[in-house]
Amino acid sequence: MITIQIRLFAAHRDIVGRPELTLAQPAGATLGEVWAHLVVEHPALARYTGRLLFAVNQQFADPTTVLHDGDEVAFIPPVSGGAAVL
Amino acid sequence: MPEFQPFLITHQPLDPAPLVAYAQAPTDGAVVTFAGVARNHVAGRPTASLSYEAYAEMAVPVLEQIAAEAAERWPIGRIAVHHRVGTLAIGETAVLVVVAAPHRQEAFQAAAYVMDRIKEIAPIWKQEHWADGAAEWRE
Repeated sequence: MITIQIRLFAAHRDIVGRPELTLAQPAGATLGEVWAHLVVEHPALARYTGRLLFAVNQQFADPTTVLHDGDEVAFIPPVSGGAAVL
Repeated sequence: MPEFQPFLITHQPLDPAPLVAYAQAPTDGAVVTFAGVARNHVAGRPTASLSYEAYAEMAVPVLEQIAAEAAERWPIGRIAVHHRVGTLAIGETAVLVVVAAPHRQEAFQAAAYVMDRIKEIAPIWKQEHWADGAAEWRE
């Protein structure tokens, strides 16, 4: 198992009700899997699927990125609508 | 005086003068200053105030990345970007983008590019507080 810190902002934080979460995940878990896990726990997040950006340790990252113990994960809600090009 | 930071997320009111002083060099014939200001309406609906929130540890490196992108595209000099967070009254400045360049076309184009990219990828969010008391994140 690995332990990750999740940072939540703006509408995501309002939905989840807190700015940070600590989550235990199986080794090999990806960013996208963690997001899917959060959406199950907080279904109101579902409307952001496909519209958010992902970051690991303050760097933009792909949803297929494999996480490591101690990583800081951020799910970044859209900042002005539309898909961003990194 | 603390050292001037060209890329900054701050709760303090913004002042363009230090950004201009930082950006301008003797080789530059143009300095463009863009100020994004809290306005009192969005699509006809009255706003009472705005608030901004940032993932500050990441937003500053992203601002640096955006400036580097602009410098790859145009022959420009220095860039400075300061972004306010917290609650802003109508008329207060939310963001300052200053670009210096030898010539004005590049300075204008790069400043517009930097502002567009901030709105695309910088982890900074705006919440509109409507005059009727409701609030909404701009997405």
